[in-house]
Amino acid sequence: MTQGRHHFWKTMAAGLLILAGFVLAGAPAVAGDVPVPHPAKAAKGEKCVAPIPEMRRNHMNLLKHQRDDTLRKGIRGNPFSLKGCVDCHAVPDKAAGGARTVRPFCQTCHSYAAVKIDCFSCHTGKADEDKTALKAMDNPHKVTARLQDYLKQRSVVK
Amino acid sequence: MSNIRDNDIDKARRQFMTGAVATAGMTIAPGFMLYTAEARPAGTAADPKVRWGLLIDISKCDDCTVCVDACKKENGWQGHRGDLTDAQWIRKVDLKDKNTGVKSSLPVMCMHCEYPPCVDVCPVGASMKRADGIVLVDKHICIGCRYCMMACPYGARSFVHEEVHGQKTHLPRGQGTVESCTMCAHRVDNDQIPACVEACNASGREAMMFGNLRDPNSDISKRIAEISTVKLRADMGLDPHVQYVNF
Repeated sequence: MTQGRHHFWKTMAAGLLILAGFVLAGAPAVAGDVPVPHPAKAAKGEKCVAPIPEMRRNHMNLLKHQRDDTLRKGIRGNPFSLKGCVDCHAVPDKAAGGARTVRPFCQTCHSYAAVKIDCFSCHTGKADEDKTALKAMDNPHKVTARLQDYLKQRSVVK
Repeated sequence: MSNIRDNDIDKARRQFMTGAVATAGMTIAPGFMLYTAEARPAGTAADPKVRWGLLIDISKCDDCTVCVDACKKENGWQGHRGDLTDAQWIRKVDLKDKNTGVKSSLPVMCMHCEYPPCVDVCPVGASMKRADGIVLVDKHICIGCRYCMMACPYGARSFVHEEVHGQKTHLPRGQGTVESCTMCAHRVDNDQIPACVEACNASGREAMMFGNLRDPNSDISKRIAEISTVKLRADMGLDPHVQYVNF
């Protein structure tokens, strides 16, 4: 029993030491280590398809699951598509001559974690060049106006 | 406000109509189901009761290449330098009868076989047939061994030799994988016809017909029922879903 208690205190001490190490290491991280990544804000859309912590941890699994569903079973229109990622997260990319690509967003964390992305050796990371849609997105009033036009047309056509 | 109300009414009408059509489309007689070529709702899988197919009327096909050009444009497989190693999803084949000198020209692409040899030989399961009969390559797991290219009697598949840039959003392509005609699965799933058929129709030739071979009321099935069709290398028993008439 005494031995057990002794062991307990030893473990606690070791745990405290490790904790202290983390706290100490946290301070100089700003100066010397690789800075914690802050990926660019999405170019459009207000909310991601899932909560951010879930996306950070699981985006690869969600994408992988859905790619099989789409390609092998032909299921379209589900929320976790790579195209969906690109649609919102493509931001102006200096490396692509200012075109909207998803590279800056993905690469920020992936280079920090040293994980190679394989998606974009085949998939395009560039946003669809629908310039009218993009322009309309810049101005929410225009979007509302377009929507109202559409609704008007619908009610005339019936 | 009135617009929005109208729209709501529209929605209700649409729902009612969809329900009515679905009921009418499903049961013709007990035990007999009729499937029409309507768009699948988002989130549902390809229907195993459907077989997408093409019927190509060679008498209407001249030496034009609009189908090939449309495919290149739609799927972005334009070659780098026109080398022999360039991908080729669809090509025009010119035939000449040695006895009579009669010439004909026809497009050849993936035949989307019912029993595809490319699927049989794939060592990793990348070469696959979708439930609705469309034969595809899962490039996520393709290792680029090219067994499928050797197995295909139609030479329909291509290997991507060089790094690819500027892919289409709907059609990823990558070095080291095999690819072929997808029967424009991305369009078909969206209730559109393949790009080659659309371009052929737009050119006024109307040599290509696309539809559901398992639906006796589809245009393609009706045409096949009334005229003798040719399946390329029918002796191999692969039952290709691309068929030709007036050969």
